[in-house]
Amino acid sequence: MNRPRPEPIQQVKHRRDAALHALVSSVPYIQFMGITFDRRGNELTAQLNFDDKLIGNPVLPALHGGATAAFLEMTAMITLHWTVLWEGIESGAYDLEAMAAGDLPRQPKTIDFSVDYLRSGLPRDAYARARVWRSGRRFASVHVEAWQDNKEKLLAQATGHFLMATEPE
Amino acid sequence: MHEIPKTPQGFLDALPHCRALGMLMVSCGDGKAVIDMPYDENLIGDPKTRVVHGGAVSALMDTCCGMAVFFHPDQPDSTATIDLRIDYMRSATPGQTIRAEAVCHQMTRNVAFVRAVAMDEDRARPVATATGAFTVERRLPEESA
Repeated sequence: MNRPRPEPIQQVKHRRDAALHALVSSVPYIQFMGITFDRRGNELTAQLNFDDKLIGNPVLPALHGGATAAFLEMTAMITLHWTVLWEGIESGAYDLEAMAAGDLPRQPKTIDFSVDYLRSGLPRDAYARARVWRSGRRFASVHVEAWQDNKEKLLAQATGHFLMATEPE
Repeated sequence: MHEIPKTPQGFLDALPHCRALGMLMVSCGDGKAVIDMPYDENLIGDPKTRVVHGGAVSALMDTCCGMAVFFHPDQPDSTATIDLRIDYMRSATPGQTIRAEAVCHQMTRNVAFVRAVAMDEDRARPVATATGAFTVERRLPEESA
């Protein structure tokens, strides 16, 4: 019956949100694309906030396939990075103030990324969630799915492999 | 509904996302396309190294492959990406323009097959390669058969 007293909820939320904010806000391309991340516990959902500059085909109009690919790749990479960092965030191993100031653990690097386009993207917001199927010392494999109005009707899915950053000894 | 110009540069300029990424048509025709994407701080994916994000390279590759299909001698009326796989060989050098070169090497009635390579100023060492399959849309399939 010596379970340690759980941390106050505000403290837990603050720590997790501060870490996520540090990861996301430091990347110019995330800001340029208008991607935001929503967190429930350790689960992330990415949102591609619609903007005219994401259009590829102005006649339909439809999202650019490249914008969809970039959204999937960003979601996969941030989710992988977040997953790898999670334990350290929870244990307090990372200095959140230093992270907010830009001192971030090194990102995984994409080795390959394969996008399967299932529908043309409508001119509205899109959502994506990634799942890390394997995360080893050197390599990780991540699957990611994106949808718009109906989660049962995917816009696109992708699988990517990543090279993990090796921290200096 | 607005018309999209049929010239390569006009076509590229009509695509808002390509304009937003600053893409410049170098050459296009005969099932091949070459497009430049100058370095821009908005495209940085890793703030520590200032390397352009892979997603921007994907967008460039997708555009370049699509243009190679659209400006193939068979002249499809439109095209859409079915799948695109990118292999990243190395980080693009910060500050340098990234160039993509795509070849539509096979076109069937419904599907076009494309290969592409992306380079920075060091043309000898590719930054990334891509292979893709694209749809071939024809407005009047009966008449063109």
